[in-house]
Amino acid sequence: MATRTFSIKSMPGFTSIAMLCFALLYLPIFTLVVFAFNAGSSVAIWEGFSMRWFYKAFANEAIQEAALRTLIVASVAALLSTIFATMAAIATTRTAPYRGLTFKYAFINQPLMVPEIVTAVALLIVFSRIKIWSGYQGIGYILAAHTAFCIPFAYLPIRARLESMDLTLERAAADLYATPWQAFRRVTLPLLWPGILAGAMLAFVISLDDVVITEFVKSGGQETLPTYMLGQLRRTVTPEVNATSTVFLALSILIVTIFFFISRKRN
Amino acid sequence: MTRAEEVADHHRRQDIRSRWLLTMPAIIVIFLAAIGPLLVVLLYSFMEKGDYGDVKYWQFSSEGWYSVFRTEDIFEEGVSTWADAHILIFWRSIKLALMTTAATLFLGFPTAYFISTRPERWREIWLFLITIPFWTNILIRTFAIQETIRNEGIINTTLIKLGLISAPIQIMYTDYAILFGMVYVYLPLMVLPVYASLEKLDFRLVEAGYDLYATRLRVLWRIILPMVKPGLIAGSILVFIPALGAYVTPRVLGGGKNMMLGNLIELQFGQGRNWPLGSALSITLLIIVTLALLFYVRNAARGGGHGH
Repeated sequence: MATRTFSIKSMPGFTSIAMLCFALLYLPIFTLVVFAFNAGSSVAIWEGFSMRWFYKAFANEAIQEAALRTLIVASVAALLSTIFATMAAIATTRTAPYRGLTFKYAFINQPLMVPEIVTAVALLIVFSRIKIWSGYQGIGYILAAHTAFCIPFAYLPIRARLESMDLTLERAAADLYATPWQAFRRVTLPLLWPGILAGAMLAFVISLDDVVITEFVKSGGQETLPTYMLGQLRRTVTPEVNATSTVFLALSILIVTIFFFISRKRN
Repeated sequence: MTRAEEVADHHRRQDIRSRWLLTMPAIIVIFLAAIGPLLVVLLYSFMEKGDYGDVKYWQFSSEGWYSVFRTEDIFEEGVSTWADAHILIFWRSIKLALMTTAATLFLGFPTAYFISTRPERWREIWLFLITIPFWTNILIRTFAIQETIRNEGIINTTLIKLGLISAPIQIMYTDYAILFGMVYVYLPLMVLPVYASLEKLDFRLVEAGYDLYATRLRVLWRIILPMVKPGLIAGSILVFIPALGAYVTPRVLGGGKNMMLGNLIELQFGQGRNWPLGSALSITLLIIVTLALLFYVRNAARGGGHGH
């Protein structure tokens, strides 16, 4: 006979609310993906399976160009912000407090504290002036903006990794007459690598995610995938947008999954 | 100072100097592309507005700040009234941000509790499921919500098919659409910090409560909630701040009419061509956000020793 035991951990209704949450989170995304495969041109009425919207999206030159630009921006921003964040993390950890350390923390984390729209208009004001003065209209503005707001995200996991690292190995290297550079290259860097990788991936996803700042900073014809889609949503939506979103979604999920396994292995 | 002390002091100085050098690239980039421009916004909010956007350089005026709350009468010169449209948008933004925070608390706390009471192996999987939408582009999620609540969307078509309603319910382009969208977009931001707090919860205390004949509600109210308060506050701040400054969600789901602060700011830099007003509104938003953060820091400092 099964006896009803009193579980101290269960709370009535909590499981139902949790299930409702998961359903709420996934149902819209699920619908979006399903209708990307719709044969008809409606995003609500199912007319059979087809890949044609994927072909159409891939053949669309505006999408190709925007996708390529998005990847370039995210890669460059992730690379630069990770390098800068690694240097900053090494300089702000494993030391007795010194003057200016709190200032550095505040400075590096500042982009996290400001609403995106405020940063966006601030950059619009400054960059539009620089664009007139210098005549340069290139992609550099987007890269600079993305690198700046990616730094705090790359910094967090690298700093966490550094703080949990053992100092004795580096001391041992120094005792064995390694130069500071050799010790860094052969000891610190390999130990720090998972943190750097995690930081770079966070930065990459954060850059992929950005709509608002890019929308305000870009010059004419410099659409990224998110800003292109923002423009498309104003018109009648066809499953082509669903197909683009699905590919984008798959890319994000892939990166998050890799990130998940890297951080899991570490434990 | 002895020789040894001098050498040690010299080394320390050199160490600090190289630490500054290493931080410089990050500081320079953030100064040029984040903090510096914010100072320019502050400056712009005190300048005279240009005829075709931008400002008239070094012509100072309080017009931008004045028109945040007051507006000149179109017909009579020198007569001004309260800027009702701006006040309405401020009120809507604060109201919707608070409602979003409340709704995500109500949904997020039980979800975090559910995850934290799963066997350890499963917790990671459930958490992973929360993180996936969080890392998905906000525009894709907003678009997904739009497709769900549209008149021809899945909610309305299902309700009609079931015969519960005869005509679609108009949800798009209302405040409810914005609320719904923001709850959807910001829910993971509530679940994650609340979970972090719950993970540290000592269930022996809960057991002690039941041993002393407390009801479930009383255990929840008097034991669990006070102990996870830091997580609840952190989650609320993490949701409230981006919700208050939301731009994409109200733009897509609210249509042109149901603006929030973010959209009002954008309008001044676009069609409105009133950069000083847009700057003043931006600084106002920044001040509200900073106050919310200060409130959090004060509470975290006070509650820090209490929770553990």
